[in-house]
Amino acid sequence: MTDHTASAAALSADGMPLKRSLNRALRRQKLRAFVLIAPLLVFVLFTFLAPIGDMLFRSVENQIVSETLPRTVKALADWDPASDAPPGEAAFRALGHDLVIAVERKTHTRLGSRLNYEASGMSSLLRSTGRDVEDIGEDVSAALGALDPAWTEAATWVDLLADPAWIAEQAAWSASGNRSGEPAFRLSDTASSALPDTAEIYGSFARITQQENDRSPTRQDPWHLVAITLVEEITATPSAAQAFQGDHALRLAAIAQADLPATDFVAAFGASNDRWATPTPWAVIAMYSAPYTPGYFLNAVDLGKTPDGIAPRPVEEQVYILLFLRTMWLSLTITGLCLLLGYPVAWLLANLPSRQANLLMILVLLPFWTSLLVRTSAWKVLLQRQGVINDVLVWIGLISDDGRLVMINNQLGTIIAMTHILLPFMILPLYSVMKTIPGTYMRAAKSLGANDWSAFWRVYFPQSVPGIAAGSILVFILAIGYYITPELMGGARGVFISNRIAYHIGTSLNWGLAAALGTILLLVVLVLYWVYDRFVGVKNVKFG
Amino acid sequence: MKIKTLLGATALATLPLTGGVAFAQELPACESCADSMVLMSWGGAYQASQVAAYAEPYAALTGVTITWDEGSNEAVAKMRAASEAGNMTYDLVDVEGPDSQRACDEGLALEVDFDAVLAAGDDGSTPTDDFGTSGSIINECFVPQIVFSTTFGYRTDVAAWNGATPDSLCAVFDLETFPGMRALEGRPKKNLEWALLCDGVAKDDIYDVLSSEGGVDRALAKLDTIRDSVVWWSAGAETPQLLADGEVVIGSTYNGRLFSAIVEQNQPIGMLWDWQVFDYDGWVIPEGLDDARMNRVMHFLNFATDTQRLADQAKYISYGPARGSSQPLVSTHATLGIEMAPHMPTNPDNQKNFLVNNIEWWADNQDEVEAVFQNWLTR
Repeated sequence: MTDHTASAAALSADGMPLKRSLNRALRRQKLRAFVLIAPLLVFVLFTFLAPIGDMLFRSVENQIVSETLPRTVKALADWDPASDAPPGEAAFRALGHDLVIAVERKTHTRLGSRLNYEASGMSSLLRSTGRDVEDIGEDVSAALGALDPAWTEAATWVDLLADPAWIAEQAAWSASGNRSGEPAFRLSDTASSALPDTAEIYGSFARITQQENDRSPTRQDPWHLVAITLVEEITATPSAAQAFQGDHALRLAAIAQADLPATDFVAAFGASNDRWATPTPWAVIAMYSAPYTPGYFLNAVDLGKTPDGIAPRPVEEQVYILLFLRTMWLSLTITGLCLLLGYPVAWLLANLPSRQANLLMILVLLPFWTSLLVRTSAWKVLLQRQGVINDVLVWIGLISDDGRLVMINNQLGTIIAMTHILLPFMILPLYSVMKTIPGTYMRAAKSLGANDWSAFWRVYFPQSVPGIAAGSILVFILAIGYYITPELMGGARGVFISNRIAYHIGTSLNWGLAAALGTILLLVVLVLYWVYDRFVGVKNVKFG
Repeated sequence: MKIKTLLGATALATLPLTGGVAFAQELPACESCADSMVLMSWGGAYQASQVAAYAEPYAALTGVTITWDEGSNEAVAKMRAASEAGNMTYDLVDVEGPDSQRACDEGLALEVDFDAVLAAGDDGSTPTDDFGTSGSIINECFVPQIVFSTTFGYRTDVAAWNGATPDSLCAVFDLETFPGMRALEGRPKKNLEWALLCDGVAKDDIYDVLSSEGGVDRALAKLDTIRDSVVWWSAGAETPQLLADGEVVIGSTYNGRLFSAIVEQNQPIGMLWDWQVFDYDGWVIPEGLDDARMNRVMHFLNFATDTQRLADQAKYISYGPARGSSQPLVSTHATLGIEMAPHMPTNPDNQKNFLVNNIEWWADNQDEVEAVFQNWLTR
């Protein structure tokens, strides 16, 4: 705006260079404009863009696997998902650890649902093993109890592993008679350095007991997993016992000498479900362990990851491409029908004397102002087998009572109802463009020798194209995302992709896939818009 | 207005049984409790029965404001969304048994100590025993209210049937004797079991067959035989409507909805109790309530699930109370005055053949089977 450079001599009234003064004034103006739109901007940002962004982000987000099974993911890092055998014992052990914690936190069912999106069977596998995993090591706990009854008491474990300062705080809290707000558990430094694995597991146990179950670790028997870990750790390094004093040192030394059997996690998992002895579930965990995944997007286009790379899903699971194509095809049909029906109406609106045109306009707008649900339900009443249209056809003898037409719960129902509902969105832009085409052009064409058709086709129609473009793009974009009318009218085969998105949001709770499908739908609309811009030009679109 | 007058009648009807003094004893003051609650339920006739049987009486006794959200068919999704947002908007959620399992498994619902929270039965039994007699304790989170069943209703005036009346479930799959459209729920649960029963599988083998390789496909193949004659419903109110309009000639829905259509609205519809599937409906307490709201919920729950209140509910809708001690108190319909017992799914005449929803099997396999079924439906 200030592109012609002012000479150094050009000063404003207060002695400042003119350019600076002008800039300042402009800045103030811009600032004022910004302040004026700021409420709307903030509103749109927080209530529209942020939630949409957050939802779309779910289409790639996959932290749940590494958060729920951190040890397993680590243990599987070196394992090749394409191999024919399950991973080694370390992975079973890691999964055993992770699952015990996940079951306590109740996160294993969510993980199961998540992995089941990728490979059918993972949900039931994790649920059934989740029920068994807490019993792994029951024999070790029993053996420890037999060796020294002190191990069956929660207090022994606390005394061995907790920070003495915490024990004192906890005792003071307990004596105060409070029922909530127990001090957060802390591990003792001795235990953490001498028995790191045991301390870590016990720390998880104490935290979960306090936070998730609202109980005190001083009163809860630790998981069998703590016993397993302790036995293994002390058997491997008997010297760790020397870090402790008094009874603890003796008890730990006794474990080291007792030579208790190691727990066989491979056998325990195999006993719970023989699928763990195959590489399949492990491959699924390994392939989907990254914090971000293309899995949902692959799923949304009927593809899936396999150990050998990306491959099409089994035929019976391929539905999304079909649904996208169906949505496109039905939307195009609806747009075409709207144009066919709307064009003459818009022409009448633009060319009738204003009295009749106003009446016609009211007839167009009245349904437009009526609730969407009411109109859809009205179509249901009209179109159903025992509905008005069929009744009339039977009454005048066009069809027999047994041969009533099926016009609902199929694609026809969706097309009819949506064409009616979207018709005003075609008529109004057409009308506003046609209103601006002077009638003199047609008369001029005719006076120059054109017949009615060529006057219309070569003079009037080209001028109405921007209206057609605006109406079509509006109707098509609205149609492609329609949900409620196909849901009510479409039956099983007349539904759109948005119905499937709603199903994944509300019923199957597969929000990641819903987000991926939504993102693709958004992209499709943007691409269509771009293509349209290339060929028709958005400049030519007129909404009025 | 109508509900108000109904309410007066209920309160009067219950007073002679429990006595004014007992009422006061039953409802001790609620200390440091929230003074409003948001309950999620199913809407329609069922929610109306809850309002009349215990929500309004409770509000009248305590002055608590109760707001209803009719979102129970997507309860788990809504609880999950509220929980992720860290703002639990519901105080108590009404769900079906399998959904309670899901909410409980995911940690969205709290475990309830029955004997500490709920009222003892009028016959002196502990809550655990009292609910236990009807087998309705299905997990630690679920406080059962009613036993309902999903069963079939049929038009009694179909000319094309030439006077035949469906008396067995397999009439649904018999397009020759019983031509016409059917209404089935657009979900796999129950449909697969029914399909297998009519494909010659014995009751005890159903879930073994479904678990076996190709079992689900076998059930879907049976459903394929009638697929072109099926309207798929998603809300329980659709089937009675479709039957009343003559859009379908036979269709599945909850028995209480059919009761309303047949008895209250006098529609030409008959009840086919054969192989009805029993299920439970009840409350779960969502995770993430603060202390005041929690106290209020516990206080309400104790009142709303006691022996008398559950029996009262059966005055408004033909669902069986989930407490053993409520059964003898089930009396007559609140406005029509007819005996409710013959319309209960648990009536011996009605349950010659029945299934009980296998909640554990469905909890384990829902994700898999649901996906297969939806794909089958779409193609």
